[in-house]
Amino acid sequence: MSAPPITPESMDARPRSARRRAGSWLHQRPKLRLRALLAAPVGWLAIAYLGSLFILLLNAFWAQDSFTGRVEPFNWSLEAFQTILTNPVYSVIAIRTVTVAVLVTITDALLAIPIAYYMARVASPRMRGLLVVAVLIPLWAAYLVKVYSWRIILQGNGLVDVALAPFGLEGPGLSEIANSWLVLSYLWLPYMILPVYAGFERIPHSVLEASADLGARSLTTFRRIVMPLVFPALVAGSIFTFSLTLGDYITPDLVSDAKFIGNVIYDNSANVNLPLAAAYSLLPIGIMVAYLLVARRLGAFESL
Amino acid sequence: MTETRLVKALLRLATAGVLAFLYLPIVVLAIYAFNSSRIQAWPPSSFTLQWFVEASNNPLIIRALTNSLIAATIATTVALVLGTLASLAVSRYDFFGRYTISFFLLLPIALPGVISGIALRTTFTTFGVDLGLMTIIIGHATFCVVVVYNNVLARLRRLPPSAEEASADLGADSFTTFRRVTMAGIGTALVSGGLLAFGLSFDEIIVTIFTAGAGTQTLPMWIYAAIQRPNELPVVNVVALVLVVISVIPVYLASRISSDVAGARQL
Repeated sequence: MSAPPITPESMDARPRSARRRAGSWLHQRPKLRLRALLAAPVGWLAIAYLGSLFILLLNAFWAQDSFTGRVEPFNWSLEAFQTILTNPVYSVIAIRTVTVAVLVTITDALLAIPIAYYMARVASPRMRGLLVVAVLIPLWAAYLVKVYSWRIILQGNGLVDVALAPFGLEGPGLSEIANSWLVLSYLWLPYMILPVYAGFERIPHSVLEASADLGARSLTTFRRIVMPLVFPALVAGSIFTFSLTLGDYITPDLVSDAKFIGNVIYDNSANVNLPLAAAYSLLPIGIMVAYLLVARRLGAFESL
Repeated sequence: MTETRLVKALLRLATAGVLAFLYLPIVVLAIYAFNSSRIQAWPPSSFTLQWFVEASNNPLIIRALTNSLIAATIATTVALVLGTLASLAVSRYDFFGRYTISFFLLLPIALPGVISGIALRTTFTTFGVDLGLMTIIIGHATFCVVVVYNNVLARLRRLPPSAEEASADLGADSFTTFRRVTMAGIGTALVSGGLLAFGLSFDEIIVTIFTAGAGTQTLPMWIYAAIQRPNELPVVNVVALVLVVISVIPVYLASRISSDVAGARQL
């Protein structure tokens, strides 16, 4: 910190201004200070975000004018929920989305563990710094740019097609659901690597030595000591990989034909069927709130 | 626990493999940006700089870029103010609901983006608010607050309150202490939180589409539309490459101001 030294002369010992009086008046009232600090951020969050979520919830229970497509406020109806529960398409899409989110999370965890371990415990300090930067650059690169690049890799006559041609095989094109799994795993991988790397780095060396002294082999130490200690970090990373997959509708749209929960919400959002979109939104909200509560119990919030 | 030579070699191999995976799309993009053909087949037949000229002369791109910069600047400013206020309250005071605040501030970023998007859009339309740049900024600021909050809070936890007490003992009033002691201590945390918020806003598309309305386009929205028009792809390649190159700047800045680079984009 390079602030100039604070001396009594520099501290407004000049006229006892109104500002100074206000300052000392405020100093004696910690409760008022606290309220002043909290008013704006809590107000913003409550009105702009929680308020919006509440209005969304209301819309799920409102009827829709079948002619104009507009929502009729306070005209209560459970029609949206009935549609979702009776039409199997909505359960298929929900199961598909959650399955891909789980697969993406597992894939990213499996890819992140070796590189994060290497960064934290094998690489030299200089190498470690370089690797962190090497992981951060793809993370900061624009989301759409990365999806777009996968599109040109996967599409007909793209890199994958050309690479597979000598084997008499064809690329996946832009319709397979596996594309969504691949590209979403790619997109969120750095979000998993960074917390897991920090998790490996936090493990004190003495714990590993103690395990070895007590006769555990390397593999046993890894399984019984290292993995349980890094588990909260994996859960922290999984919040991102899981939630970001659950809410994405652009990647599934750009690289495959398979619709996700987000596509249903987006497609119905404008004046198509807002109550349906709102009712369907409650599903990912419920899943994520449950996920966050479990993650907090597992100690993941300290690793964020 | 010591890794055997074999384990180390395997780890090195896995690391190289993951890095290759992370950089494959970026390298492919860099090659296509100079592709002279309008058709995106592999490999490109010949190379040109023509598309760079076309991109820089495209008024839609310029307007979208301007919108993105305005939105990111205002959203970051709002997030810096709100995030700092909340982190000061949580770190320096003990009150009922202190732990709940972190949880609720995290919600806009932990809940899927499509939820934040449709919730905000529904609220705006319910109250008759016209969708446009203003509503985009409100949406962005909402999820940017948490990144500033987390960065500043982590710093405040490491700064002992004794420095602020000492300042008060030496006769500084609350405002002077805040300006000369607290701000000096959290300065670099504000910079890295601000960078993060700016990057997040500049890149956002999922919430933005919901809150943008018909007449306003940000740069990611322009890209999303242009990707689906084969004619525009050469120009998209150029814009994409420029964005990738630009993304090195925040990583560089973050690594300069903090020795712990990994902390820079962790929430």
